Amino acid sequence: MISAPACDISLAITGSGGAGSITAGELLLKLAGNNGCFGMMRGSFGPQIRGGEAAALVRISHFPVECMNDGFDLLLALDWRNADRFAEEIKLRPDCLIIADPAQGEIPTAIRKLKADIIEIPMKTLAKEVPGGRPNMVALGLLVHWLGFSSEKAAMLIDQVFAGKGEEVVSGSRSAFTKGFTEPLIVEAREARKRPTPGETEHVGDRWQLSGNEACGLGALRGGIRFAAAYPITPASDLLEWLSPRLEELGGSLVQAEDELASINMVIGASFGGVPSMTATSGPGLALMTEAMGLAIASETPAVVVNVMRGGPSTGIPTKSEQVDLNIALYGLHGDAPHLVLGALDHADCILTTEWAVRLAEATQTLAVVLTDQILAQSRVLTPKPEYKLPAIEARNKASDELAEGENYQRYKLTSSGVSPMAIPGTAFGMYVAEGLEHCENGRPSSAASDHLAQLDKRQRKISDFDFGEHWAQISGHGKTAIITWGSSTAAVREAAARLREGGDEVKVIALRLLMPVSPDKLAHELEGVERVLIVEQSHSKQFHHYLRAFYEIEPETRTLARPGPLPITPGEIVGQIRRWC
Amino acid sequence: MNTEPEKVPIQVKPKDYKSAIKPVWCPGCGDFAVLNAITKALAYLGLPNEQVAFITGIGCSSRIAAYTSLYGFHGVHGRALALAGGLKAARKDLTVLVAGGDGDGLSIGGNHFIHACRRNMDMTYIIMDNEVYGMTKGQASPTTASDWTKSKLTPQGSGIRPFQPAGLALTSGASFIARGFTGDPNGLARMLVAAIKHKGFSFVQAMSPCPTFRPEQMNWKHQVKPFAEEPTADTIVAAQRIQADDGMSTGIIFKREYPVFQPGNGGGTHDVSLFESEFEI
Repeated sequence: MISAPACDISLAITGSGGAGSITAGELLLKLAGNNGCFGMMRGSFGPQIRGGEAAALVRISHFPVECMNDGFDLLLALDWRNADRFAEEIKLRPDCLIIADPAQGEIPTAIRKLKADIIEIPMKTLAKEVPGGRPNMVALGLLVHWLGFSSEKAAMLIDQVFAGKGEEVVSGSRSAFTKGFTEPLIVEAREARKRPTPGETEHVGDRWQLSGNEACGLGALRGGIRFAAAYPITPASDLLEWLSPRLEELGGSLVQAEDELASINMVIGASFGGVPSMTATSGPGLALMTEAMGLAIASETPAVVVNVMRGGPSTGIPTKSEQVDLNIALYGLHGDAPHLVLGALDHADCILTTEWAVRLAEATQTLAVVLTDQILAQSRVLTPKPEYKLPAIEARNKASDELAEGENYQRYKLTSSGVSPMAIPGTAFGMYVAEGLEHCENGRPSSAASDHLAQLDKRQRKISDFDFGEHWAQISGHGKTAIITWGSSTAAVREAAARLREGGDEVKVIALRLLMPVSPDKLAHELEGVERVLIVEQSHSKQFHHYLRAFYEIEPETRTLARPGPLPITPGEIVGQIRRWC
Repeated sequence: MNTEPEKVPIQVKPKDYKSAIKPVWCPGCGDFAVLNAITKALAYLGLPNEQVAFITGIGCSSRIAAYTSLYGFHGVHGRALALAGGLKAARKDLTVLVAGGDGDGLSIGGNHFIHACRRNMDMTYIIMDNEVYGMTKGQASPTTASDWTKSKLTPQGSGIRPFQPAGLALTSGASFIARGFTGDPNGLARMLVAAIKHKGFSFVQAMSPCPTFRPEQMNWKHQVKPFAEEPTADTIVAAQRIQADDGMSTGIIFKREYPVFQPGNGGGTHDVSLFESEFEI
């Protein structure tokens, strides 16, 4: 029998590129939504543009899930080509169900060795029996039946999704789906296993389906972003593609730049013009941007960089996740360059964190870096409609009253908050030159020690004295054991904590959202009474651990669960480490 | 300024566009004449100071923004055109001027130069070309002759043939290409008026002698001559003219209307929540 909780099912659909496994996975997630469930789907691809291999990893649950589970309950292989490439990514439970097409090659020995139930269904042959039929739609039918989802809802979805592709595709897809849905072997398998139907959850209220990249885009627009410039890079491109038409609709624009050096400078130029602006990139692009990120800080021009982390260093593993750009985001700039670094904690949190970052950058007239990663950015979840409330943050302080003929406007005037009114081009009597050279209050270049110190203090004060409120971290639970984490690892940590609590262990979870400036007093307060701390991150060199060690007093005994990507950290790993310790 | 409506506005003067900051340039530097030509051109056009943004990179010449009383941005080395492109994309109402040296624009900023040419945003770019890196004390630039041996960095000469900036601009798709000389500031000012008025990316190579590291350039005044022909809109004719020239002829070489890149269509909504429905199940 299935060892996973009854209504928490993980399944994988694999096939060679173009076989349609991703389409089937996406439709399955939508159907999970239509059937009242929560869930998550991520694609796993090889580096090939076409061909190669592709897998849709889908988790369907009665409760909101933000990460993949430790093992898979079902593997549907459209074919076995390149199946070995998924071996380490798709860990099958011993009692899983395998659905395979006998005409598409031998079942690999490693899978035969599992004591899994294997159902062989000639998906390709069945698909060929109907004009326009494709094996992935047969597969969808099989899975929808096995999950106990409504075939009517599936048929409606197929009609809707393939409407633009012509009558033959629609009718072929529906017929192929029906062949799968009514296949006697799957009917029998379902009855034999007496699987409970995921059915409707008890969740009341609206649910959304979104990817992390889309969520960042929405947060950026909510924060007021109206200009973006960017250079294509995996896995950030789809954020930019989401933004581009929507910025146009809002009267803004997105410019595809010639490189990342241009992107960030365009952002600074547009922001100098008074328009909240951003770019999105990934590690290699972030590395190229760092010089001009310093310019945004020195010239006090608000700018937002969303960096979607991928495996590094260098070109690394572009299509896979790793939490390894923390160091460059925190320390990658030359000079003493105080700026904001934030990490989004889950899909819905990408909205909050990006909106917050934009508002903070505008209010403090500096650079904000938002870190997400590939798995967060490119996976999709079914999640309760995100609701949050940010504290009131003042919009960019634009000079107006202080501008008059004969008044000596000082762009970099030393103020108590450090923020000085910014004249926007087009405004009379506000003319100044934004400077990357060290400068005095009126912007004139200066190498004087006194000016340097005064402006360094000013730029630091803007963010050190800012009241960031309660959003610096997301905290849940109590107990003598605490787990500190950040970014996409948070989802696995939260799920691990939930399992530990079910087992009677109290666990506190502290997920840092605001990474710079640091909040050592707030963390120390949260760690009162805590006796042991586990630090969880997806980094070989323990970047987050070193960061915590540098800026925070952590008195309890500390251990780390730190390992590189590309495989995501799973709840089971964390539970295991805590149980071995306590 | 006189704001009484019934009176004819007082003619603005070049000095109205200058700031009180004393330039860092050496005595005799051609860049003084570029500053004068720009302020003359702006006075002739009567542009309000606050409607002009002057974006520069890094180097001797890039200091020029601070010597004007315009909105300015003294950015990082080589990226002035990118910064200006973002500004113009977001603020098409502004007149955007960009300036820098030959190293800033053609070496570290070379990629931005060719893409700015083909992007053809409505802005004016002045390369103040003295065929040397002055601020770092005399190294060969992309316009330095290959056999110039006065640099300690390349004492045998760079060994690399120089760019011809006008030719590079032409093949990259610039829609206005001119070469001026600081020894003729009035001619340079007239050229800049035409460049600013031109709709699209206007490139002006201002030959600006460096008395400190290239004193031999003080002879340029005996070598320059005007192009014999009027500006052409024909790329082949322009290419031949540039190739046949010794690099010392001045004038507007090429002028043609190409589609101007100006992103954004004005939009139709201010309501971000409209995009939320796509996420709803």
